Amino acid sequence: MEQEMLLWVRGTGLQIATAVFVIGMVYRMLHIFMLGRKKSLAEARGSEWSGGFRTMWKRSFVTTKLSARGNFTVIAGLIFHLGFFVTFLFLSQHIDLIRAVLGFGWPAMPRGVIDIAAVLSIGAMIALLVHRFIDPVKRMLSDFQDYLTWTLSFLPLLTGFMLLREIGFEYITLLTLHIASVELLLVIAPFTKLAHMFSTFIARWYNGAVNGFKGIEI
Amino acid sequence: MKEHETLEQRLQEQGVSRRSFLKFCAAMATMMALPPGSASAIAAALAKVKRPSVIWLSFQECTGCTESLTRSHSPTLESLIFDMISLDYHHTLQAASGFAAEQAREDAMKEFHGKYLLLVDGSIPIKDGGVYSTIAGRTNLDMLQEAAAGAAAIVAVGSCAAFGGLPNAQPNPTGAVAVSDLIKSKPIINISGCPPIPAVITGVLAHYLTFGALPALDDQGRPKAFYGETIHDRCYRRPFYDQGKFAKTFDDEGARNGWCLYELGCKGPTTHNACATTKWNGGAGFPIEAGHGCLGCSEPKFWDAGSFYTPLPAPAADVTSAAKAAAVVGAVAAVTVGAIDRGKKTLAQQSREKITVEDLKGN
Ligand code: SF4
Ligand code: SF4
Repeated sequence: MEQEMLLWVRGTGLQIATAVFVIGMVYRMLHIFMLGRKKSLAEARGSEWSGGFRTMWKRSFVTTKLSARGNFTVIAGLIFHLGFFVTFLFLSQHIDLIRAVLGFGWPAMPRGVIDIAAVLSIGAMIALLVHRFIDPVKRMLSDFQDYLTWTLSFLPLLTGFMLLREIGFEYITLLTLHIASVELLLVIAPFTKLAHMFSTFIARWYNGAVNGFKGIEI
Repeated sequence: MKEHETLEQRLQEQGVSRRSFLKFCAAMATMMALPPGSASAIAAALAKVKRPSVIWLSFQECTGCTESLTRSHSPTLESLIFDMISLDYHHTLQAASGFAAEQAREDAMKEFHGKYLLLVDGSIPIKDGGVYSTIAGRTNLDMLQEAAAGAAAIVAVGSCAAFGGLPNAQPNPTGAVAVSDLIKSKPIINISGCPPIPAVITGVLAHYLTFGALPALDDQGRPKAFYGETIHDRCYRRPFYDQGKFAKTFDDEGARNGWCLYELGCKGPTTHNACATTKWNGGAGFPIEAGHGCLGCSEPKFWDAGSFYTPLPAPAADVTSAAKAAAVVGAVAAVTVGAIDRGKKTLAQQSREKITVEDLKGN
């Protein structure tokens, strides 16, 4: 039974999850472009393109010109995202998967670095959740989708860490759970605010492009 | 047919010394992780026990399991199994053939009804009435059902009998199934492996003879003493796995340094078997020591789990084609719905009520 379940999540399950993710994401992103924007009739004072791309790049870094509360959210959020990317892109097992699908890979990071990144990332997520509960404004703004997306982003990290250390269950069970949790994330991502994994860059580009057009220095 | 003699009498007849018998009992006790004192208890119990009648049926199989048991480097502890039991029917090993052989099986089945042990290797094809494998004109299905009815317990030897094995691999043209898929009313013990470790077969039988009952089984019907841990749990290359040091090809620096074989497709992490501890060929080694990853041979469906050389994290199906097809579907949907929405937008813009300066002045 366990072998069959693992085979399913590695095979059919993965195909379904990938298909739903790709259909959903392509649909949602392309739809944004399909709607188009009204052409500005004003005279351009600068370049849309350089403004757009510079903003996409610059907003990946933390600015400390925020309140203490804002700083916490931004910094914990940054730690989570960095940890997530490091474990996702540089754990040797993930590179095996990427190589199997894309035909190329890159060198892995040492396990110690991955472990630290994973722990920091998990810690940051928990801190953010606690903050969401404690902070009255955040709590009021949060709805079901926020908790759902938090859970579905948290599970792959948690099961992945447990798998690396073989905590709690057998390897095969943890591997199945880990893959299944990622598949759940893939299926839900395009239809929730997790779609920001792509749309955030469109939004940044748009903001930057508008400013660039007006000649604002970025 | 005369009552079988005790194992002690039999061993004396065969000229097996008491010393090697005790050595065998000690090895069994160690293998089954029994407490230190139990070797002499096993010896005492085994010496007194009447050698049970064993009927060994070979169905859709390659004889690898029998080979594993008989071709083990001799003289071995494993070979003592043939002194422990009275093998009344085994169509590869017995001297009789044809009608005489079938007669021996029927005699044993009658004589020891309800008491004999039934050992099965090979899967059972059930498609088209089971015509794909027959012995003496009878289907395997028929023969199994008849023999199972009078058995005290059934031991499914090898992954084919335990899980269906190779014949059961997709597309399974003969409808091959495991013993446990057909027989529900008898205790069944699965000794999986392709082939299983001979010492494990012997160990399970020794346990049965000593304690008169089947050992504790896992959820796949395998004895926990041998299948309780994975190859990966006990692999001597494990420190390299934990450090992330992997051989990338079979002849690179990492392979020469004895690093972990995970990236070369090792299925050790998901495979329960005793290879890493009991080892093969009289304890000489096991596949990973020879530089090849585990194939996962003691697990169900291991033939259908993708290439033996694909690492565990790699997909077991074609996701690239699924993704490409999905991208097309997504794009078509976006263009269609986008065009409709754009049309709505234009329509809304055109049909909206225009406010003029005059309107604002309030006239
Ligand atoms: S060689 Fe296989 S069983 Fe051994 S540590 Fe590596 S993955 Fe695990
Ligand atoms: S190492 Fe793996 S594939 Fe090889 S015999 Fe043992 S369980 Fe089977």
